Amino acid sequence: MTLQSLTRAWEPMSYGFLDASAKREIRRKMLKAIAVPGCQVPYASREVPMARGWGTGGLQISCTLINPRTRIKVIDQGADDSVNAASIRKFLARVSGAPTTNDALEADLIQSRHRVPEEVLREDQVLVLQVPNPEPLRPVQPNMSIARQMHADADYGRMWLQLYEQIVRSGRVMQGASYPSLVNGRFVMTPSPIPRWDVPKLHMARHLTILSAGREKRLHVVPPFTRVEPLVFDDVPYRVEDHGGLTCQRSGARGYFMNEIPQDDGSSIHEVSDSDLGVKTIRRREGEAVAIGATWYENGEMTS
Amino acid sequence: MTRILDVRALSKGFTMHHLDTRMAAFSDISFTLDAGEFLLLKGRNGAGKSTLLRTLYRSYLAASGEILFHGPEGVIDLARAADVDVTYLRRTEIGFVTQFLTARPRVSAEALVAEPLRRSGAPAEAALEQARHWLQAFGVKPELWAAYPTTFSGGEQQKVNLARALILPQRLLLLDEPTASLDVSARAALIDRLAELKAGGTAMIGVFHHPGDVATLIDREIDLTPDAATREDRDDVVV
Amino acid sequence: MSLTMDEPTLVTTRPLLTARDVSKAYGPVQALRGVSATVYPGEVLGIVGESGSGKSTFLRALNLEETPDTGSYTLDLPDVQGNLFDLDRYARRMLCATRIGIVYQNPHLGLLMSHSSSGNVAERLLVAGERRFAVLRDKAQRALEASEFPTERMDAPPAELSGGMQQRVQLAKAIALEPALLLLDEPTTGLDVSVQALVLDTLKRLQQERRITMVIVSHDLGVIRTLSDRVMVMRRGEVVEQGLADQVFQDPQHAYTQQLVHAKL
Repeated sequence: MTLQSLTRAWEPMSYGFLDASAKREIRRKMLKAIAVPGCQVPYASREVPMARGWGTGGLQISCTLINPRTRIKVIDQGADDSVNAASIRKFLARVSGAPTTNDALEADLIQSRHRVPEEVLREDQVLVLQVPNPEPLRPVQPNMSIARQMHADADYGRMWLQLYEQIVRSGRVMQGASYPSLVNGRFVMTPSPIPRWDVPKLHMARHLTILSAGREKRLHVVPPFTRVEPLVFDDVPYRVEDHGGLTCQRSGARGYFMNEIPQDDGSSIHEVSDSDLGVKTIRRREGEAVAIGATWYENGEMTS
Repeated sequence: MTRILDVRALSKGFTMHHLDTRMAAFSDISFTLDAGEFLLLKGRNGAGKSTLLRTLYRSYLAASGEILFHGPEGVIDLARAADVDVTYLRRTEIGFVTQFLTARPRVSAEALVAEPLRRSGAPAEAALEQARHWLQAFGVKPELWAAYPTTFSGGEQQKVNLARALILPQRLLLLDEPTASLDVSARAALIDRLAELKAGGTAMIGVFHHPGDVATLIDREIDLTPDAATREDRDDVVV
Repeated sequence: MSLTMDEPTLVTTRPLLTARDVSKAYGPVQALRGVSATVYPGEVLGIVGESGSGKSTFLRALNLEETPDTGSYTLDLPDVQGNLFDLDRYARRMLCATRIGIVYQNPHLGLLMSHSSSGNVAERLLVAGERRFAVLRDKAQRALEASEFPTERMDAPPAELSGGMQQRVQLAKAIALEPALLLLDEPTTGLDVSVQALVLDTLKRLQQERRITMVIVSHDLGVIRTLSDRVMVMRRGEVVEQGLADQVFQDPQHAYTQQLVHAKL
């Protein structure tokens, strides 16, 4: 027996890019965050070959969870083909050998920037959301030490006050993306800058959602079957974006979250934001047998 | 007769720390007072008439002696009673009438007068009704009833003050020159009201610049002029 | 000095507030030396004293912003037990947020200057769990009305208001939840004399109409005299004299109080 035979052969890089201790730390922090839904758990946040703020938090979670059989999908604002999404997808495949897909139904792990796919996610799927700012209290309490105490005390009066102020000033809640939501009746979290349209999808969802902020070194989790309730006054109902009646110009898909594309003449057309859903809709229209899963919204209405 | 007040060996002086002296006001005063009695305090200026009234009311602290007040809940020594008890008695049993009104901002004359009745639990409308009656009796013009007394002349304020102070019959009434600078008709109304309260059992101790105003009400007198006050003018009480 | 008075016999209600032997030192400076106070329901206790007498420190202790070195503080409320100085941060916060109102001399301490005035009031209601927007609006408006704030300006931020108006917003916030105890720390200091009189009027009215139990701290004897039933005179962290307001002002016993009263009159 030689030392050589007992140790692993030298490799230029660990599997999944992150070294084993980094991944172990993240696994432990994820377990902790699952145990306390919505609570921000700090982690070390290693260097990855990407600038902070471009999805390094999500990337570290993906690198930790990935194995050679994990089928990965990466989206950026709903699109699989943006430069950022494509780069991350390529990187993950290269460091893990894992297969990739654009189809939300086939994916085991979906890393996403600012959208939740329109097709309902299942128990065996994990959604990783990239989070620029994990602290919902930051707008009302710039001192993070005090903000932590406020979370500990469930002292969310100022959050509610912010909503009150928006209604007083503008007649409605102006918060668009990152709508603060109460998780499991205890912690207010930011759901990352997903549109209001997507927040109800996290409520009592079957899948696991992990939200990770690389620059801010914090992650929080919405476990399956956990309440996610947007902060709303009893008499001012939560409203999602008014996209229910819009039709996608390219695919004809209707009743989903849309991207608005301004036209030269001042008008605008819409395209479905979940690009793969658009692609599948077009393929089906052209006669291909494409599986389109059940969607959270049907005819523009959230189904519970 | 129902005993109201039993004052024993009451003394009062003022310590003036900045002069390092003590100035006696009165000493060793004793007297009793029964329900429906009217006691006039006499004495030359500085003899301590007002000081005695204020000591009885606890605006001044007695140096020694006892002020035993016989109330519905028993006997209490006003010289030593807890502040809250004194506040309570002032609200329900003991009145102090001066010639000055402490008007409150933006409270109408009628509301101000009705207040003692309201505090004793009278319904709002009935209390206002009575308040208007007494404002009328003391000669306050009806157009002023809903106005704020802070803006009234001194004379009108005084009438409002009397109406307020006398609207609720109390067990003991301390009168500190209430007639001073009062016009004739208001003075008559005051004396009528005092007579009415007296008949109803209110015991009164008063200081009057012109005791002649209330001559018909006076039962007894105490002269506080130092050399004079050795005996009370009643045989059953020893000073 | 003054006589020791008897325990109350006629008033059988228990005091709302009882503080005993409260002492606090900041390094070598003894800010409070065994201060005790009792306040009955509906009563207004005024605390006078010069700067550094410890009166504001005592008030902050009553608002649970300071933890004294020794002493006890109880409030006779159905769901409040024990020495409040022993409460943890969370319990303190909830107690102060729901049962104790405070008006600070400096409105920056009590208000969010760039939020709306009504929002400042609504925050108290939100902390207490109110989640209906219409009710928040309505209650905030009524509290502002009660403190005689012009309601057409209810959504203006305090930063755009005058000092007197800012104090009214603070007051509305303090009374929005009908607090068991209202603390006022120099509520009119720093205001113009005419504005000061208006704010005092409002306080007086509230006191008469709602019988709110209050503790008022001021170095201004006029303010204390106008508002208080009972007065406590503090000097160098100690209570030198206390009694009925008219008695303390008309017949002060302690040399220091006499000096204070004579300086004023």
